[in-house]
Amino acid sequence: MDVLYFAWVRERIGIPKERVETRAATVAELVAELSEREDRYAAAFADISALRVALDQELADFDAPLSGVREVAFFPPMTGG
Amino acid sequence: MRIAVQEEQFDLGAEANSFARGNVAHGAIVTFTGVVRDLATGDLDVMEIEHYPGMTERALTKIAQEAQKRWSLGDVLVIHRHGRLEPGERIMMVATAAPHRKDAFEAAEFLMDYLKSRAPFWKKEITRSGAEWVAARDEDENALGRW
Repeated sequence: MDVLYFAWVRERIGIPKERVETRAATVAELVAELSEREDRYAAAFADISALRVALDQELADFDAPLSGVREVAFFPPMTGG
Repeated sequence: MRIAVQEEQFDLGAEANSFARGNVAHGAIVTFTGVVRDLATGDLDVMEIEHYPGMTERALTKIAQEAQKRWSLGDVLVIHRHGRLEPGERIMMVATAAPHRKDAFEAAEFLMDYLKSRAPFWKKEITRSGAEWVAARDEDENALGRW
């Protein structure tokens, strides 16, 4: 699946987008898997209450299942307007 | 309904006029415009607005459709910019048309409240002393409770 990062999550991880092969069943499992990779991921995901997640461009919860999902995006709370 | 997510500036007068011309059957038109304001310290150089192409348009369309379901509306217009904006530049506008003003005002407020916390935009303030992402405010999230 494609994993996208926006705003300070993108800056902390250092890339806007990457392709991830994973068997994670839920968003939370994917977060745990990425956090174990490198410090920059662990730093970005240190406090998931400060993060939002979208699955295929729809807001979702961290316990949402990933089956069939093609695009996951992590970002801070939105500040439009 | 027109949803525009764009980098370039927009002409508020031209947009408002063209919106009004397309809604002659409606007696009330409300427009709201958001402007980049300078910081209290007066040293904002640039506001950078990042967004999530694809999701942004989907989220704005959904919010506008929800407004059309809840109120008796004519047309709805949402324009939101991204990229680098200077203090005083217009960030976004919404316009609503309705037979009566109450629907037009309420729908415009609803659009603004949802757009602030549910459309994937992020603002970053660049000043001489550095750059900082704007933090979401609890009151913006709480504002959704009234709808």
